[in-house]
Amino acid sequence: MAILELKNIVKQFADYTAVDGVSLSIEQGEFFTLLGPSGCGKTTLLRMIAGFENPDSGQIILEGNDIQNLPPEKRPLHTVFQSYALFPHMTVRDNIAFPLKMAKLSPKDIIERVNQQIDSVQLNKFAERYPHELSGGQRQRVAIARSLVNRPKLLLLDEPLSALDARLREHMHVELVKMQEQSGVTFIYVTHDQSEALALSSRIAVMNHGIVEQLGAPREIYSYPKSYYVADFIGKCNLLNATVIEVLPSQYRIKVEDSFEILISNEGVEAKLGQEGWFAIRPEKIKANWDARTDEDVANFKSKVKGLYYYGDGTLYEFYMPNGRVIQCMLANSRAEQASFFNDGDEVYVTINPLAGSFLVN
Amino acid sequence: MQGSNKISRKLMFSGILVYLFLYIPLIILVVYSFNDSRVNVGWVGFTLKWYKILFNDSQLIHAAINSLIIALISSTVSVILGTLAGVALHKYKVPLLSTLIMIPVAAPELLVGVSLLLFFLLINFTLGMASIILAHTAFCLSFVTISVKTRMHGMDESLIDAARDLGASPARAFFSVLIPTILPGIIAGWLMAFTLSLDDFVITFFTAGVGATTLPLAIYSMLKMGVTPEVNAVSTVIILCTLILTSVAAKLSPQMFK
Repeated sequence: MAILELKNIVKQFADYTAVDGVSLSIEQGEFFTLLGPSGCGKTTLLRMIAGFENPDSGQIILEGNDIQNLPPEKRPLHTVFQSYALFPHMTVRDNIAFPLKMAKLSPKDIIERVNQQIDSVQLNKFAERYPHELSGGQRQRVAIARSLVNRPKLLLLDEPLSALDARLREHMHVELVKMQEQSGVTFIYVTHDQSEALALSSRIAVMNHGIVEQLGAPREIYSYPKSYYVADFIGKCNLLNATVIEVLPSQYRIKVEDSFEILISNEGVEAKLGQEGWFAIRPEKIKANWDARTDEDVANFKSKVKGLYYYGDGTLYEFYMPNGRVIQCMLANSRAEQASFFNDGDEVYVTINPLAGSFLVN
Repeated sequence: MQGSNKISRKLMFSGILVYLFLYIPLIILVVYSFNDSRVNVGWVGFTLKWYKILFNDSQLIHAAINSLIIALISSTVSVILGTLAGVALHKYKVPLLSTLIMIPVAAPELLVGVSLLLFFLLINFTLGMASIILAHTAFCLSFVTISVKTRMHGMDESLIDAARDLGASPARAFFSVLIPTILPGIIAGWLMAFTLSLDDFVITFFTAGVGATTLPLAIYSMLKMGVTPEVNAVSTVIILCTLILTSVAAKLSPQMFK
């Protein structure tokens, strides 16, 4: 059974619709991510689950009970705020004890639970410190420890890592996943960082203008984006103009950028002859060779190197297509010595496997 | 010290001049409170007798007690109202109200005094301690509100949300999280209000009536009979109190004094 169900949630502010009919079903123990750019409605949705905003219509159902009319303090879930929101006049220990005090546990139980929690997040040395005496990463850990101490049914995290530097963020990714697994609490995580979402989540809902554009596991979302928006927002993607030139029983033949033709599965795509759309393919799924490949179904075209960017682990090439547009191709620098395969102006063959890309019509 | 941090000699010199201009009169006043002479002309010798006279002057002591009572009540009442006003104005950001709370601070005291006097006469309110307390509360309220609002401005907005989220009722969140977080601003506001009420002359002058006399009013009437060192002595005591309260306020709410 789903632990949290959102049914057709709508929220309008004075001049725009923040959330426009979102329905989601989140399972017990999931690490669920709401991903989208700022203003896509993800934080508003989170604030409605927490009880800080009321939806204009729709239902929020936690374990079968409609919690819409409960104030935030009565909902069995907690939020980790972007600013951490640690109480500045309380020590780490008192901050962590706060939700237990509010739940009116006996002083003995409070002390025991707080000690346990401090142990489990390795904050023993800092227990008597005040928040302003801690580093960003430590504050982050205190905030999460405080939110998990009375075992909420859900933990809502609102861009919790955005204030940390890149290195610490990566370290916190590991910790977050560990804390989620140890506690068994369902996490709902809000972020605009697509790589963070891919790395942490069991499922992702990609949001845009108040709606869920696509819902699925990270691999699904990355490999099979269903719309131009998702393909563009998640990772790097070549989005090439394409037209259907032949409709076959289970495939479409599409012409891409007037440069090559490719046969692509028609699964999940409704299109007629002449339908225009995009052929989406990730740069790392494109191959480039000195000579043409003759494998069946594989599209080949002759190309010239426009430029290259060396990233260390890989090199990003830009190739001209026959119509003059540019296609990006990421080649891994996986050989023992070589750091660069091609140079500016080299003539190479670009190879595209139809299974690696998808045809998008919206 | 290095380059830009080094104060140039000219700047230092003019700075010292300004501070001398501010403090020489006060220093002379304090020094002459220890002068063994009935008139404030020329140093004769050290004495504490003016302080003895001061502490035996029952009229003056009575006025001082009045002043303390007025300051205590009006600053406390204005702290309660001003804290609520500061929190509300920060939360709801009504532009006109925020400006209106500044007016009593900016308006000439004479004007505030006269308007309060006319108001009390209009509603037939007997002038005395009560009218002074009300008048002082009115102008102290603005200072407390500003002090609290300044403090609220630097506060993380999500603290209250976090308190609610972790299980605190709105009232509990207000008292266990909001008040402690802005407490320095509240105390600074209270100290400011106390000092201002203690020192106020103009507004008190208009709203005191005949019965109630405060310390500043009593000093003023002493001056009419000529400046004796007893006035210096009482002024020294007041300066000392003001200095202590102001420095405590500055320590608690540094941004207000920057």
